Amino acid sequence: MGDLYDSQRAMRQMRKAAMQRGVVAILDVGTSKIACLVLRFDGPERFRSVDGVGSMAGQSQFRVIGAATTRSRGVRFGEVDAMQETERAIRTAVQAAQKMANVRVDHVIACLSGARPRSYGLDGALDVAGGMVTEQDISQVMANCDVPDYGGDREVLHAQPVNFALDHRSGLADPRGQIGHQLTTDMHMLTVDATAVQNLFYCIKRCDLELAGLASSAYVSGMSSLVEDEQELGAACIDLGGGSTGISVFMKKHMIYADAVRMGGEHVTSDISMGLQIPAATAERIKTFYGGVVATGMDDREMIEIGGDTGDWEHDRRTVSRAELIGIMRPRVEEILEEVRSCLDAAGFEHLPSQQIVLTGGGSQIPGLDGLASKILGQQVRLGRPLRVQGLPQAAIGPAFSSAVGLSLFAANPQDEWWDFEIPADRYPARSLKRAVKWFKDNW
Amino acid sequence: MRSLIRRKPATTPRDPAPSKLTYRYQRLMLTPGFRASVRIGVPILLIAAIATSFFSKPENREMLNTRIAEAKQSFQTRPQFMVQAIAITGADDALTALVDAALPVTFPVSSFDLDLEAMRRSVEALDAVKSASVKVGQGGALEVAVTPRVPVALWRDGTTLRLIDADGVESGTVPTRADRLDLPLIAGDGAEQNIAEALALYAGAGPLRDRVRGVVRMGERRWDIVLDRDQRILLPDDGAVPAFERIIALNEAQDMLARDVVVVDMRNAQRPTLRMNAEAAAALRRVSEITTNDRAGD
Repeated sequence: MGDLYDSQRAMRQMRKAAMQRGVVAILDVGTSKIACLVLRFDGPERFRSVDGVGSMAGQSQFRVIGAATTRSRGVRFGEVDAMQETERAIRTAVQAAQKMANVRVDHVIACLSGARPRSYGLDGALDVAGGMVTEQDISQVMANCDVPDYGGDREVLHAQPVNFALDHRSGLADPRGQIGHQLTTDMHMLTVDATAVQNLFYCIKRCDLELAGLASSAYVSGMSSLVEDEQELGAACIDLGGGSTGISVFMKKHMIYADAVRMGGEHVTSDISMGLQIPAATAERIKTFYGGVVATGMDDREMIEIGGDTGDWEHDRRTVSRAELIGIMRPRVEEILEEVRSCLDAAGFEHLPSQQIVLTGGGSQIPGLDGLASKILGQQVRLGRPLRVQGLPQAAIGPAFSSAVGLSLFAANPQDEWWDFEIPADRYPARSLKRAVKWFKDNW
Repeated sequence: MRSLIRRKPATTPRDPAPSKLTYRYQRLMLTPGFRASVRIGVPILLIAAIATSFFSKPENREMLNTRIAEAKQSFQTRPQFMVQAIAITGADDALTALVDAALPVTFPVSSFDLDLEAMRRSVEALDAVKSASVKVGQGGALEVAVTPRVPVALWRDGTTLRLIDADGVESGTVPTRADRLDLPLIAGDGAEQNIAEALALYAGAGPLRDRVRGVVRMGERRWDIVLDRDQRILLPDDGAVPAFERIIALNEAQDMLARDVVVVDMRNAQRPTLRMNAEAAAALRRVSEITTNDRAGD
């Protein structure tokens, strides 16, 4: 635990440095595309009229000055599969974004869509010594959480306190300064495969970039595509990506559960490719142009030329009806949604006060998907698009960019994580100077 | 069998990814400091290299110097800058000739070649010139404005008669005293340092003005006034003018200087002394002898 704790702290320092320089890159390494945004931070919001949440949910303090997308290579199921290829793809995206921004970026905040995320709910309790809750108590109560044995090959990606309770009062956002005896906390911890993180880290390092933050793609796409009341009352964000489908459940503005299904749009494409005996590129094109999940009588008559390049006339003039295409796509989409359903069931989604489901990601653009999803997932289904941020080009405002946009929001104001709080006193090294300084600070 | 459709040659598809070198190069070029140094440093280096290679050859340096000299020459010898004549103002003919001789300029000459300050100095070095201003005026004339020295006295130095002005500076010579009868004559060592006193004596001469031949500085400390008939008035070294005024008053009252007096010695103010000439003294002695004999005879 200590190792990651330190590396996360180091990333936070890096993020601070990047903020000071004012330029940071956002890198969404997906299975089908790699998106890179270059953000410029102009300091605190200038035209803030009153206190409270500023315009555009406080995210207008940054501006997108460069954006680039490239076809992803060497990534499978949202994990780096072939490092050299991925490195090249990242270089392509970063270079194009830098060129558009006309500024050099050194710090990058990345997100991870695959890597088998696993959620844990932790709770810890502490008897408040002085009667009043101090910052030290909060870090101590978080340290008191009993961490389950999540395995040596996994790393903690997020560890966010989602709730504080003092004696019998629950749902406290900030218990500091309040009087009570027993402080308890609930924490949500997300762990991922360590090797996937290390591979991504290595790829980014090979591009001469510094990693200033790492986030789960399901989490950040939920941040960008769920509206505020959905986050407050309870909602699930389904990010239908290329190689994996991310699920994140939000409640009281905190993520309380995240998971990923290792299936996505690429599997639909490969189904089409196998079913129609056509190359993957053609299958992708046909899927995006003619794809759907609900067949009508009209679709039987709409013939699609699927072509070929063999020189054989009969082979090169093949056609399929759109109904056939839908017949190939629908089972796979259903399968993905069924998997999502089982994940949500496992998370206890049905107990939430509101069960809004928001579909986002590139896969959510399949016509008729919302109808199919409402049959499988529940009645409250809508298609979500990411929040609009300043300076984002028209080509990058679609649902496929919800995790990139969410990552920008995450970069601008990240949620407090475990490692952002003070280190509990007993975790300091015994003969540390910091410990001595802290003793002085606490006693005078 | 060959296909009817011409197929594209089986080449590997172009990789859109930049090579590591290209990527690094672009990032380097986006670094602000490096960019500025390239934008400014490279042209400077280039210019410096070209200049160095040009000037490293002696014939190039030679050529450049010649070019510059030619251009300078052709600019300076334009008619606008040529000085054609000299105009000397404020001097009489003799002085004009002197000034002209002191300025060895051959016309026409470019005004860039004239060292006006040196010319002014050489003109002012002339005895008869108090101050001068030299400038290149309208119409290409070298204008020399001369303020001549005004002589206030003649100073006899041995056999030469020098003209000196109020500052005691010599401004020329005259062959004879008759040339400048209007000026007082002074003589003696150190006379030129006390012109003012000498002139005051002259100014106070009043009725004796016609009789004064000159004033002589004695022992570099006091004045003698020399009158005609070889009369001489010895004045003290301070209070010379009041002493002279006493003499004049005595002369008015008793017509003293019309008598056979050779020297009036005023050096001791309490005891003015007269010395008569030899005949008068002899006559006086004779008269007193006669008077004594007569008394004795009585």
